[in-house]
Amino acid sequence: MAKGGSPPDGELVQLLTPEGERIESVTGSDGTVYRADFTDEEYRGLYRDLVIVRKLDAEATALQRQGELGIWASLLGQEAAQVGSGRALRPQDMAFPTYREHGVLYCRGIDPIMPLGLFRGVDQGGWDPNEFKFNMYTIVIGAQTLHATGYAMGVTMDGKTGTDDGEAVIAYFGDGATSQGDVNEAFIWAGVFNSPLVFFCQNNQYAISEPLERQTRIPLYRRAGGFGFPGIRVDGNDVLATYAVTRAALDHARLGQGPTLIEAYTYRMGAHTTNDDPTRYRIASEVEAWQAKDPIKRVRAFLEREQIADAAFFAEVDEQAKRESLHLRERVLEMPDPAPVTMFDNVYPNGSPLVDKERERFVEYQASFEGSAH
Amino acid sequence: MAGVKTDQDVITYRAAVAEGIAREMRRDPSVVCLGEDIGGAGGVFKTTAGLFEEFGPGRIWDTPISEQAIVGAAMGAAMTGVRPVAEIMFSDFLACCWDYLANEIPKVRYMTGGQVTVPLVIRTANGGGLGFGAQHSQAVENWALTIPGLKIAAPATPADVIGLMASAIRSDDPVVFFEHKGLFASKGPLPPDDHVVELGKAAVVREGTDVTLVALASTVHTALAAADTLADDGVSAEVVDLRCLIPMDLTTVLASVGKTSRLVTVEENPHQAGWGATLVSVVVDEGFELLDAPVRRVASANVPLPFADALEDEVIPTADKVVAAVRSVVNY
Ligand SMILES: Cc1ncc(C[n+]2csc(CCOP(=O)(O)OP(=O)(O)O)c2C)c(N)n1
Repeated sequence: MAKGGSPPDGELVQLLTPEGERIESVTGSDGTVYRADFTDEEYRGLYRDLVIVRKLDAEATALQRQGELGIWASLLGQEAAQVGSGRALRPQDMAFPTYREHGVLYCRGIDPIMPLGLFRGVDQGGWDPNEFKFNMYTIVIGAQTLHATGYAMGVTMDGKTGTDDGEAVIAYFGDGATSQGDVNEAFIWAGVFNSPLVFFCQNNQYAISEPLERQTRIPLYRRAGGFGFPGIRVDGNDVLATYAVTRAALDHARLGQGPTLIEAYTYRMGAHTTNDDPTRYRIASEVEAWQAKDPIKRVRAFLEREQIADAAFFAEVDEQAKRESLHLRERVLEMPDPAPVTMFDNVYPNGSPLVDKERERFVEYQASFEGSAH
Repeated sequence: MAGVKTDQDVITYRAAVAEGIAREMRRDPSVVCLGEDIGGAGGVFKTTAGLFEEFGPGRIWDTPISEQAIVGAAMGAAMTGVRPVAEIMFSDFLACCWDYLANEIPKVRYMTGGQVTVPLVIRTANGGGLGFGAQHSQAVENWALTIPGLKIAAPATPADVIGLMASAIRSDDPVVFFEHKGLFASKGPLPPDDHVVELGKAAVVREGTDVTLVALASTVHTALAAADTLADDGVSAEVVDLRCLIPMDLTTVLASVGKTSRLVTVEENPHQAGWGATLVSVVVDEGFELLDAPVRRVASANVPLPFADALEDEVIPTADKVVAAVRSVVNY
C-alpha cells in the first residue's frame, strides 16, 4: 500500500488509484486525515453496490431505447461518487438529489422501481422522502440546494446537531448548477447559519453540451473559501475516497461545525439524457481517457490483488445484478396506466371549487362515451 | 394553384426559429443570441442549429446555467444598443428569472420617462403534449400577460415563426416569444426573404359563419381539427389565430364574432387566469349585443401537468372537447 500524504493544492483526494493501488491515508489542507478502513466484507459490499447500480442504470437506458420509458438520465461513470457518498450517509441523514442520483437512491434502500413510474409516465414517481430520508428528484437546476438549506435549518432548530448521532443533510448538484444564483445563495445561507449541510457537487465535466469552462474559471471546490467554509476535491471515481471525504464532512456537519463543499471529480460517460447525443460536442479520445479511470475496474483490481474476492464472488455479483435488473424490467412492463380521473388528485388536499367542478364535468364527459365506440 | 412545391419551399417550425433569427442577424449586426447550449450544440431543441457556425462566438453566447443572468444581462446589453435574443430553454424556467421579466425589463421605459428602451427578445420553448411533466410542459403565455410593458408572440406555423421573429427582434419593446415544443416537427411553406408579420395582427385561418374559435399556437391546430369535424355536422366554424397576446387583436376577434355571434376560446393554459379570460371579458364588454349564446372557454384543467401521457392528454384541450363546447353553444 502506498503511504500517501497531502495532495498538492488542486489535486484529488484519492485512496484507490485507477490501477487499484490502495493509498493508506491522505491529509487534507486543514489537517483532516482521510482513510478507508473497511473490513473485507465491506469492500466486497461496495463492489456489489457499484456493479448493481451500473446494471440497473443500463437496464433503464435499455428500457428507454425500447420505448418503455420516456426519458432516462444515466449515471454511467458516476457510480463511485454516488455509492461512496450514499453509503457514507448515516440512517438519520437527509439527502436532496437531482434527477441522476439513482445510485444514492439505491443506497438509501429505495426500490429502484419507484422513480421509474415517473419516467414511464404512469405516475408522478414517488416515495416518502421522510421514510427514506431521500427527497424527490429535482429537475429545476439548483432548487434542491435551497430546499436542503432550509431543511438543515430545521434540523438545527430541532436541536438535532452537536452530537455524534446528530443529523446531517446532503445536497447533490452538478457542475452546471454551480452557476445558478440559488446554489450560491445556498452557500451563503448555509455558511451564515452554520448549517449541518454538505454540498456534494458531482463535477462530471458537462452540463448537457457545455463543458466546465462555461461555468467556472477556478476549480469548483475552491469557491467554498469565498463563502467561508471548507471545500475539498475528491476523486469521484474512487469509491473509498468519496466515502471517506463525505463521511468526514457529514460528521463535521452533524457535530454542528457547519457546511462543506465536496467536489467529486468524475465524468459523465454517457449522454446527458437519452434525448442527447454527446458526439455533437465531445471527442471520443476524451471519453476513452476516462474509461481508463473506471470506478468499478479499480475496485475489482484491488479485490483481486489483495485476494479479498475470488472468481466465484465476481460471478455471483454479476448474477445478482442480472437478476435484479431483469426483475426491474418485468415490473416496469407491468406498470398499469393510471385512471384518467386521478389527474385531479393531490392538487389540493381537500379539493377546491374550481378543481372539484372540473372533476365532476370530467366524470360526466367520460361517461358520455361509455358504450360508444369512442 | 401555383406549380408543384419543391422540398426547398418547405421548412419545419424548428428550423424556422433558426432561420428567423439568422435573417435578422444578417440584416442587423447588433443582434446577438444568448442562452444555455445554444452554441455548437445548436440548442437542446435544435432551434439555434447553424447560428454558431454562421455568426461565431462573438454573437452567439453559450452562457453559464443561470436564467437570471441570461435575462438580466440581456437587459443590460440592450441598454448599450445591442439587440439581445435570449433563450430560456423551457418556458417553465421563466419563473427562475421573474424579477427581470416582471420588475425590471417591462418598466425601464416607463420609469425613465421614455428615455431608455430595452429592445430585446426572450425566446422560450413552451407547452405540453410531449409527456415532459409538471415542470417542463406548461403553456405560460398567460404569465407574461399579467405584466403591462411586455409584448407576447406565440406563432402556430413556420411562416409565422419567421415573420413574428422579424417583428419581435426589430421591436423596441421587450417581446416574450413562445415557441411551441409540440409544433417543432410540423412543416409549412418557407416564406420569402422579406417576410414580416406585424405584432398584434391576428389571422383568420379558416372562414366560417356559425361560431368563432380563437386559438393560439398549438391550439390553432386543435381548433382547425375541431372545425373539420364540425363541418361534417354542418357547423361552420371560423378559426382565428391570435398570434400575439400583446398587442391583442380584438378588432379581428370582434369582427369575427360580429359575423358568427358565437365565441369559443381554445387555450392550452389552465382555465384559471388563462388568456381567454381577458379576451372574453373584452368581447362581453364591447360586443355583448353581437352574441347569441354564452361564451365558452376550452382550456387545460386547473391541475399541474401530469407526467403520465395518458393523463396529460386528458388535461390539455383536444379537438373532441372543442367540438363538445361548440355544440353546446350552437344548440343554445
Ligand atoms: C432552471 C433550469 N434551467 C435549465 C434546465 C435544463 N437543464 C437540465 S439538466 C441541465 C444541465 C445540468 O448540468 P449539471 O448541473 O452539470 O448536472 P448534470 O446533468 O451534468 O448531472 C440543464 C441546463 C433545468 N432543468 N432547470
